[in-house]
Amino acid sequence: MIPEIGHFALILALCFAFLAASLPLIGAARGDTRLIGLAPPLALGQFFFVSLAFASLTYAYVTSDFSVANVASNSHSLKPMLYKITGVWGNHEGSLVLWVMTLTLFGALVALFGRSLPSAFLARTLSIQAMIAIGFLLFLLLTSNPFERLVPAPFEGNGLNPLLQDPGLAFHPPLLYLGYVGLSVAFSFAIAALIEGRIGPRWARWVRPWVLVAWIFLGAGIALGSWWAYYELGWGGWWFWDPVENASFMPWLCATALLHSAIVVEKRDALKRWTILLAILCFSLSLLGTFLVRSGILTSVHAFAVDAERGVFILIFLFIAIGGSLALYAWRASSLEPGGMFSTVSREGALVLNNLLLSVATAIVLMGTLYPLLLDALTGAKVSVGPPFFELSFIPLSVLLLIALGVGPLLAWKRGNLGRAAKLLPPAVLLAILGAGGAWLIWGAGPVMAFIGFAIAFWLIAAILVDIAQKTKLGRAPLSTLFQRAGGLPRSIWGMWAAHLGMAVLVLGVTASETWTEEKLVILTPGETVEVGDFQFGFKAVDPVAGPNYTAIRGQFSVSRNGRHVADLWPEQRTYSSPHMETTEAAIYPLFMGDLYVVVGDPDGIGGWSARLYYKPLISFIWAGVLLMVLGGALSLSDRRLRVGAPHPKARPVPNVAVHQPAE
Amino acid sequence: MRPAFWVPLILFLGLVAAFAVQLASGDNPHDLPSALIDKPVPNFDLPPIRMGEAGLKSEDLKSGEVVLLNVFASWCAPCRIEHPFLSELAEEGIPVYGLNYKDRPQDVATFLRELGDPYAEIGADNNGRVGVDFGVYGVPETYVISGDGRIMYKHVGPILPQNQDDLRKAIAAARQPEPQ
Repeated sequence: MIPEIGHFALILALCFAFLAASLPLIGAARGDTRLIGLAPPLALGQFFFVSLAFASLTYAYVTSDFSVANVASNSHSLKPMLYKITGVWGNHEGSLVLWVMTLTLFGALVALFGRSLPSAFLARTLSIQAMIAIGFLLFLLLTSNPFERLVPAPFEGNGLNPLLQDPGLAFHPPLLYLGYVGLSVAFSFAIAALIEGRIGPRWARWVRPWVLVAWIFLGAGIALGSWWAYYELGWGGWWFWDPVENASFMPWLCATALLHSAIVVEKRDALKRWTILLAILCFSLSLLGTFLVRSGILTSVHAFAVDAERGVFILIFLFIAIGGSLALYAWRASSLEPGGMFSTVSREGALVLNNLLLSVATAIVLMGTLYPLLLDALTGAKVSVGPPFFELSFIPLSVLLLIALGVGPLLAWKRGNLGRAAKLLPPAVLLAILGAGGAWLIWGAGPVMAFIGFAIAFWLIAAILVDIAQKTKLGRAPLSTLFQRAGGLPRSIWGMWAAHLGMAVLVLGVTASETWTEEKLVILTPGETVEVGDFQFGFKAVDPVAGPNYTAIRGQFSVSRNGRHVADLWPEQRTYSSPHMETTEAAIYPLFMGDLYVVVGDPDGIGGWSARLYYKPLISFIWAGVLLMVLGGALSLSDRRLRVGAPHPKARPVPNVAVHQPAE
Repeated sequence: MRPAFWVPLILFLGLVAAFAVQLASGDNPHDLPSALIDKPVPNFDLPPIRMGEAGLKSEDLKSGEVVLLNVFASWCAPCRIEHPFLSELAEEGIPVYGLNYKDRPQDVATFLRELGDPYAEIGADNNGRVGVDFGVYGVPETYVISGDGRIMYKHVGPILPQNQDDLRKAIAAARQPEPQ
């Protein structure tokens, strides 16, 4: 009964979406306020019914109702409750319900928070949002019904891939979807602006908080996924340039560019056409990612079950949604009046450079991901593009981006003075050299790129400090009021510093861990000790243990440095019963300067056990860096909370620091 | 209507056309044209990955019995998926030769220590030249080679559980017309 309610709720949501996609749009064109006023309640209605469907599916999972085919093939009665719930989105159909629920959630949020937007603009935005929902609801109902019954119902389900039974991965998809789908709001805003033929600073101010929200979740989702790969897959890697990883990385790169170009629209009323295009492209890349994962068109370790029918459906949807919006762009973009002028050396100029580099980076990832497919379609030849391609092209771009990132915030708007900025930067150059030298002292020789990595990371940190000193007038105004001045700066500016600092921390982590990881593969008998880096790994014993739906062997390691005990580590090798599968549970002990990472393997039959022992310098900095970026985004968002949908730019209080226009 | 604004749309339409061709062809990305099927293996002579071991040359593959040639790399994630199956075949007595594609010696060594080494011999194709001669489309790839050194079957991509039967059949078929 409950699953039928869920199915019915999806159909009702589709009806609401059809109404929401047509009536308010007609109303906005005719100036009919009654039709315009329908948009917000219809958006809330869609969210309500899709949530009801999601709740029904969750109920079927929680009660292990195996008469629902989806539950039978993806769940198991012995599974811990957490994974019964997260199993809802661990499969194609369920994850699609979550996708649509997130989409309608954003529609509902726009309806709730967008009351101060011009009502016709709000109506158009919500109509576009509803059109996207139509596409995905049809996809669900026509090709991927999650509520299909199974007769006769089996007594037991198939279980969920044990690799996916992990808290990190359980929350990876919801975060990622909040990011992917959050970009739909920017998309809808862009299309609505194209329909109206007007875009200006107000538009940028409306759209930027939504892009920030999406960007925050996307970053957090990607980081969580990579962290999962790091501790669960058991070979210490954290990024593989897999097509599906790239599918989430491209929208993130694009959204980063959009965040920055929207600032230029907001502050200077320039770059408008480009920003609209970016807003369209960001969400298009999200859709493309969805298509790649679910059509089976590329091979990936992540791909969902392959089904050509679904592939055709999404391709048609992509064609209408992206093709339609790009056609609208081609037709209407020239009607958007060009904005203010600025010189090449200026904050705007720096942000244009930022956009250029980020767009090229996005294009490179897109090329690397799609090249095998395009070549196949054109010539029938098949190739694969491995990490070497991405590393070769991505690293030089990142170096350029980080160097520019240090200078950009120091430049003034409209016309900057590179000489003046250069005068501020000798401390940054000095710290860059010291940083590279410090890395040499700690870890010894390494490839040149490693020292370049350290130098640019420290360069960026120093440039941020210089910027903070500038904006708080450190040394130029009385020290007693320093905190007051620092507190008086807008939160968005602290957000920017935090996010940029996160970038530097990330670069440190990637560079150090990629260059100086120490690794030993050994056969150990209890009582033996192995030296890895500065650490002595003592192997104590291996014991059998039992979990709720698995049995395991657990190794016991005691790690010390120079005779002082540092940590105890218990790596496991688990054997799950349903479905039968073995997983390794690496034991990781994070220290500030690096992670201790141990994996226990198979016995050699004569009393020894194979084990892999790693010392990975600064690897936690990778996730700490992303966390800083996410916090920076949240800080910036909190500054803008009151400005979501603010009616007039003038209503914003002018900050006290008048000498420098605050950067965002 | 400036022409520049049409560029994104045109690029996108090109992409859609390519996707459509790919979907319409209905073929699995793992299936491949077989230019080299039934042709003798190209001539090559590769150094080993570790000093002091034997390398791999084309004569090694003309051993009189059916052998496998597996193209792999330590940076290739899907290679890890098929690795246990290759080990299984090696244990059954089917010689598996490795073509290590564009890799670094220390990385391969780690890879093999970690997962085990099913390979009878490995040739290090550091610059991918031999890969070009074989028409390697991507890593991993697996070739079934007859006793007289002809390529009988080619599998592109990891050998997933659903491909294992096909590969075993190909090996059995390659053994059928016994070399006189």
